[in-house]
This record gives sequence, structure tokens and C-alpha cells, in this order.
Amino acid sequence: MTFFILRRLAALLPMLLAVTLLVFALMSLAPGDFLTPVKAQRDINPALIAELQKSFGLDRPWYEQYALWLGNVLHLDFGYSWTYKVPVAQLIAQRAPATILLSLTSLLLAWILAIPLAVLAAARPGGWIDRLTSAAAYLALAIPEFFLALLAVWMAARTGWFPIGGLTSLDHDFLSPSSQFLDIAYHLILPTLVLGLGGVAGTLRVLRANVLDVLQAEYITAARAKGLTERVVLFRHVLRNALNPLLSTIGYAFAGLLSGSLLVENVMNYPGLGRLVYEAFIREDQFVVLGSVVVGCSLLIVGNLISDLALAWSDPRVRYGR
Amino acid sequence: MAADLLRTLLRRPAGLISATLLCLLYGMALFAPFLSPTIPSAQNLQRTYHPPTALVWQKGHLCVQLYKLIDPSTASYQALPGQATPLSWFSRGTPYKLFGLIPGDRHLFTVSTPDPVYLLGSDATGRDVFTRLLYGAGISLSIGLIGVALTSFLGLTIGGLAGYLGGWTDTLAMRLTEFLMAVPGLYLLLALRAALSSRFPSDATFLLIVVILSALGWAGTARVVRGLVLSLRERPFILASNILGQRPWTILFRHLLPNTFSYLIVAATLSVPGYILGEAALSFLGLGIQEPASSWGLMLGQAQDIKIFMLNFWWLLTPGVAIILTVIAFNLLGDALRDAVDPRFRLPGK
Repeated sequence: MTFFILRRLAALLPMLLAVTLLVFALMSLAPGDFLTPVKAQRDINPALIAELQKSFGLDRPWYEQYALWLGNVLHLDFGYSWTYKVPVAQLIAQRAPATILLSLTSLLLAWILAIPLAVLAAARPGGWIDRLTSAAAYLALAIPEFFLALLAVWMAARTGWFPIGGLTSLDHDFLSPSSQFLDIAYHLILPTLVLGLGGVAGTLRVLRANVLDVLQAEYITAARAKGLTERVVLFRHVLRNALNPLLSTIGYAFAGLLSGSLLVENVMNYPGLGRLVYEAFIREDQFVVLGSVVVGCSLLIVGNLISDLALAWSDPRVRYGR
Repeated sequence: MAADLLRTLLRRPAGLISATLLCLLYGMALFAPFLSPTIPSAQNLQRTYHPPTALVWQKGHLCVQLYKLIDPSTASYQALPGQATPLSWFSRGTPYKLFGLIPGDRHLFTVSTPDPVYLLGSDATGRDVFTRLLYGAGISLSIGLIGVALTSFLGLTIGGLAGYLGGWTDTLAMRLTEFLMAVPGLYLLLALRAALSSRFPSDATFLLIVVILSALGWAGTARVVRGLVLSLRERPFILASNILGQRPWTILFRHLLPNTFSYLIVAATLSVPGYILGEAALSFLGLGIQEPASSWGLMLGQAQDIKIFMLNFWWLLTPGVAIILTVIAFNLLGDALRDAVDPRFRLPGK
């Protein structure tokens, strides 16, 4: 098992190399760099600019810059953000937890809502629960995330029930720990609902199909013949087996959440990785983009790994060799 | 065969409804210049954030209710009771070019100036949201079709070659698709957008977006086509063509790939919404279609203003409804097509 985890983590390296190389090449193709706005200011000494260019390696071809960056990363130095005037590592350490938190709550929401609904829907195919949830899922999958986010902000602004954006209130730092927790939870409600809705719908569809499949199995007939109640059959025997394929898709769900959170974070003013990446792209803050992409992809692969481990834990038939 | 497919499709309620809806939407997009009362860039700074104008029946004519601006700071308008101006049908108005070619100046309905008709209200510079919605439909809807055509071509070629040739072509193509599918799509989208923007003139953003979306979207199609080709390759009719001495290219393009078409047509229909949503997301972030052109995503992006939320200018959210309708129509059509084309592709439990 340890070997398996190590091997998976080692597979992370070529992937990260490829992604950063691609992003680096693409960003160097883009006109201008993060010093362009600086150069436009008239009161800055050209000598200073030349010095900055040299210290950031901007006067060299892009592959040399990449090698330079890569060497620094090996020393855990992710570079310096020109726009925020702080090291990139520090910036990401501030923003990544917010995105991870949002992704986890959305995933949790998707599972908590989708699992009971899918089982109930599949228990009576064509029944009213089934038809209602199927129609709702169809609609939910058709609503673009940014539009849903827009509607949520709209609702928050009109009713005042929820905060319009952000993760904390203005007086967050002065609150007691328990109020701080409640404050964050209160701010998380709308983004979680917005980001999680698509997940609920997707999970519901997949799980419903899985449950229907498992219901055909002979061991289910055996369980029923044994005289188990339908509830025990459904939730202990059917659900356990129907969840397995879903466990293996957590990783991909995570990819969708990362992409989705980029839009949702920007609309809802949520201080996460997605907004950081977007703003850094706009300002061509190269090292911030690269750092965020590295963290984003690592999150993805760790998510995939966790889903594989969860699958191995839940399904004894899946064993990772050696 | 195509006529058969169409007949089976239209016999299903879902197929009939979605096909009708899509025909309507595309018709509206095609004839947008004629159907809209004005042009999308026509501003009216005296009439910003105008609410949708009510239509009333007066003296045997369909008339447009007139409004008075009572408070410019909050953009509140009041209907003037009893005052309305009749709609004129098929009259001359702002000149336009239908399909970008045929010049014309007849509009389905207009009102005599200076009173505007705002079926869906007006935006921050007093432009007609209804007109912009119709013109935007052209961009949003055509990006879906062109993008899917490009992707299907890429996916078919790359997947077909990978499956047929095998070996290192296969390995290379599959690693590439895994890479594309594992990276969060919007991150790559942003990077590509930043890199390619200087290679395209600003009025070719449309083309740029299509190219970017297709470059990121072919992976799924390629993987399935490869799988299909792998299984078809061992079928007797392919072995027969091999023995008959047909050249590999002929076998691939004449015998193997045509057999994946039924899958491809379903997959293509079901992936159109992805392109429409992709364009909308890019334009929403301000990286897609630029002013003065209009697209649904761009219009929604401009509705992100606290003033709009607070003062409840709800009509600026109508492009979102248009997107949802289109996506649902394509999904319904795709599902109906899948059932009509080949029951083998029917997913369990759907």
C-alpha cells in the first residue's frame, strides 16, 4: 500500500513538469509581462527596470527562465508576486485553504443530498421521487455555474439573508473563536450551494444508475429471501456496492470543482485560489499563475489518490498490487 | 437513413420539443437583424436601465406604453397612463445586413422615434436588451456548432489513427488526452487565451475562442473513437478488406470511421452545451467576445454590478435564461438521438 502511494506521488512529477512547462510557454507567448505596467509609469528609473528584469530573469529566453524557476522551486522558492508584493508561497498559503474548504463542503453537500435521494429514487423507478429528482437534476445540470452564482448574489443583495460575498465579516478578527467559526460557516452557505448543486445533480444521476444495476444482483435477491427489511437491503447491501464506482470519480469531481470555483469565486468575491489565478492572469503575474497551477494540479492528483484509497478501503476486491 | 433517423427522432416527444425549440432559437439568431427593432450598439443615454415596456391594445392597434424618467439616480421610470405609441410593422428603420450579406432596413416591428420599445428593458447605456439577446444568440449558438464540428473532426482523426495504428502513436495520443482531461480546464483556457490573444486581431476573438475550446475539447471524443476502432478492427469485414489488399488509409477512412458516426453524432449533440457554456464563461470573465459585439455571457458579465442587484433590474439576467433553455434543448435532443440511433449506447437507468 505504501508502495502504491509512493508510486502515485512519483507520477505527480512528470505531470506537474508538463503543466508548468506548457503554462510557462503559453504565458511567454503572451505580449508584455508583469513589468509592462511598471514601465508605463514615468517616474520609474529605467535602470531600476533593467535591474528588475535581470533579477527576475526576464531578459533571457523563456526556457532559461523556466529552468531558473524550476531550480528555485526545488529550493521551495515559488518566486515573488509583483502585484501583491509578497512571496508567492505565502500568497497561496493564504488562498488555497479557502478553495479546499469550499470544494470539500460542496462535495459533502453533493453526497449528503444525492445519496439518500438516489437510493429512494432507484427504489421505485418511475415513482414520483424518481421523476421529480430526475427533472430537477436535468435542470440543475443545464444552469451555468456563473449564472447560478449571479442569481445567488442577487438574492443575497435583495433579501439581505446572506452576505453578498467574501469569506469573513469585517470584524472577523475581533470575534471569539466560536463566532469566527459561525461567521465562516455563514459566509460559506451560498458558495457551497452554488458550487455543490451541479455536483448533487451529477452524483444523483450516476448513483441512481448504479443502484439500479446493483438491485439486479443475485445477492440482493438472496438478502431479500433471507427476510431482511427493504431498508436494510437498500442502505446496507445495495448502497455499499453502488457507492464504489462513485468513489473512483471523486478525483474528477475535484477537477470540476476547481474549474467551477474559478468562476464562482470571481462572482461571489470569495478569496480563494480561483480568484487569485484569474487576477494573476489578467495582470500577467507569472509566478503567481505558475504557483497556483502547481497547487491546483497537486490538489487534483491528491484528490485522485484519496479516491483510490477510499475505493480500496471500501471494496476488498480492489487491491493494489505489491 | 437520415430521413429514417429524423422520423424516429420526431416521433418522440422529447425529440420533437427540443428540435422545435432549437429551430426557433436558430431561426431567431439567423434573422436577428430583421426581428429586432434596432441595432445592438444603438445607445440612448436618456433611457438607461429602462424597465421592459408594457404592450397595450389601444384604438385597434398594438401600442407601446410610454414612460417618464422620475429619478435618474435610481433609474426609476413611471408609466404614463393612457399614453402609448402604436407599433409599426415591417417599416423602415436602421439599415443592417442580413446574414452579413444582404442589405436591408425593414424591421418586424419598430416605433416612431423618439420613443423606444424595450421588450426586455435596456442596459447601462440604454441599449435594447432584446436586440442584444437576439444578436448574441448568433454568436453563442454558432460557437457551439462550429466548435463541435472542429472537435469531432479532431477527435475522429486522432482517435481513429491512435486506434488503427497503435504503437507509439497510440501511446502519445492517449497520454495527451489524459493530460488534457486531468488539468482543470479553465486554467488551461485562461493560459491559451493569454498566449493566443496577440496572434489574432481583436475582431477575430470569435475564431480564437472556437479554436481554444476545440483544442481543449477533443480528448473525450478521441478516447471513445479509439476504443470503437480498436473493437471494430477485429471484426470480419475489416479482416476481409485487409485480405482484399485495401490500403490502410482506405480501410480507416472508408470502413472504420464511418462505423463510429452513430456514436459521434450523439456525442456531438450532447457536447454542444459545453461549448456554449465555455464561450459564455470566457465572455463572462471579460476574456471572450468584446464590445460592441454582444454574446449571452458578455451580457451576463455586464450584469455583475451591485447597482443592478440593489435596484432589481432583473431583465438584465434574461441571457442566463436563454443559455439554460438552449442547453436543455441540446441535452434533450442528444438523449432522444441516442435512443433513436442505437439502443446500445443507451446508458443504464436513463
